[in-house]
Amino acid sequence: MAKTLVFLEHHEGAVQKGSLGVLAKASQIGGEFAGAIVGADVRAVGEGVGAMVWVADDARLAAPLPQPRVDVLAKLVRDEGYDTVLFAQSVLAADIAAGLAARLGAGLNWGLVDFDGETGRAPALQDTVVVDVGWSTPVRIGLFRAGALDADALSGSADVRDASVELEDFSTAAEMVEQAHAEQQGPSIEDAEIIVAGGRGLGEPEKFALAEELARALGGAVAATRAVVDAGWYPYSAQVGQTGKTVSPKLYVALGISGAIQHKVGMQGSNVIVAINKDPNAPIFEYSDLGVVGDLHEIVPKLTELVRSRKS
Amino acid sequence: MCVKAVPDAAGRRIDPATKRLDRSGELAISDFDTYAVEEGLKLKEAAGEGEVVVVSMGPEKAMDALRKALAMGADRAVLVTDSALENADVLETAVALAGALEQEGPDLVLFGQQSADGGGACLWAAVAEKLRYPVVSQVSELTVDDGSLTGKRQTEFGYDTIRAPMPAIVAVSDAINTPRYPSLKGIMGAKKKPQDSVGASGAAGPGTTVVALNPPPPRGEAQKIEDDGSAADRIVEFLVEKRLV
Repeated sequence: MAKTLVFLEHHEGAVQKGSLGVLAKASQIGGEFAGAIVGADVRAVGEGVGAMVWVADDARLAAPLPQPRVDVLAKLVRDEGYDTVLFAQSVLAADIAAGLAARLGAGLNWGLVDFDGETGRAPALQDTVVVDVGWSTPVRIGLFRAGALDADALSGSADVRDASVELEDFSTAAEMVEQAHAEQQGPSIEDAEIIVAGGRGLGEPEKFALAEELARALGGAVAATRAVVDAGWYPYSAQVGQTGKTVSPKLYVALGISGAIQHKVGMQGSNVIVAINKDPNAPIFEYSDLGVVGDLHEIVPKLTELVRSRKS
Repeated sequence: MCVKAVPDAAGRRIDPATKRLDRSGELAISDFDTYAVEEGLKLKEAAGEGEVVVVSMGPEKAMDALRKALAMGADRAVLVTDSALENADVLETAVALAGALEQEGPDLVLFGQQSADGGGACLWAAVAEKLRYPVVSQVSELTVDDGSLTGKRQTEFGYDTIRAPMPAIVAVSDAINTPRYPSLKGIMGAKKKPQDSVGASGAAGPGTTVVALNPPPPRGEAQKIEDDGSAADRIVEFLVEKRLV
């Protein structure tokens, strides 16, 4: 019977939905399970979880950096005999999971969408194959794909236990100079019924006007890929994908987006997906309801005009 | 200053989820890793001194792929190659790379944002653990000065700025720079640069197994059309059919 530990990532006082989904999964596979919350002044966060939770509360753990968290989780695994450690994919969780795997000599499988206590299931190669994966080490580490599980909150009683904190020298070498805070500017794309998203295929920042005009005509919001947000073409609050927002509108129009897996996980819940891309081999065509191979700079202005004239 | 880039030329082939799939044939340096090479070259150029070493793990023929990094300007290449590592997973790869890196004694180890598949972008953190170096991932802006580095990186919540003393490991995002194309002179000169193959030590065997491969779940009917001038009309028809306009 598995004895499972789930890393519960939290931000500004709330456990992330993805982590709660993994905890719910852990509760279903049988055996013992507990969550682990690591941070500073985080006891209250643990008390709200509704399951047994280890809380490592220490001022040195305030910044969400991976290496001190490896120390905490490795100690819990060794002291308490956990044989399975599960994570929900995030920038932080991936770094912790890999560090923990190296520390414990434990196998690591990632991209999981399911796990039955023995075997994991992970779509691979842009979802063209679904792999059943196993572990050959005493401790198993699994990283679930973002959005793979429903975030059902557990309704058990809170049982918060203190985890002891012993940190390695090298684990505390990196320091947070400035930490990200959730920014909220403009209307949220998470609530939009129609989204027009732009990627690098737009060519230049000014061309986001094409996406904006089409969105206006359709009555929708504008979203962007990580690549163009990182390049400064569009604000972070509009980013869809693994490190951005997860959206599920009725219509998602992807303009010049290749559709790598990191983008897909943020929008695959969309009802209808229309993609325009000049590369016939773009992965986005694999999961679009209507894929158009062509030059978006020619197609989109015409499309906007047609939608406008239909509506007027 | 000494800078080391670690493009994992055979990155996609070591994914435990894909290891049984035949992706043989020519190996190329992962596009994501060219950003790490470029960043290493830029740091060396800015410092006016140092050495950029490309370290990778893979079969013997992966050396051909490393030559692209040499053509871009890296000084030499080290390939960890061992038949025992043929099906290496992230754990084994980390051990093998850490062994080679320890020999090199780098100031900075750069990784590309290896994310061609599955969101398993995390090898660097396992290598950092083995080397007991600090690690900063997803870095889109990097500055190095006087024994420490500062990286700006994107997470789910916005942008963090993290500082770490060197030696350290940094995984860069593809927003960090625009990788240069190798010049003809660079390509010609690459063959003459030092290229060492080394064996692996202390391989412990993979920690993961592939139990079965299954076809993906079937999708609903999808249409794909090529624009012949009527694409905009076709899209509108489609949207009307779906009652979206």
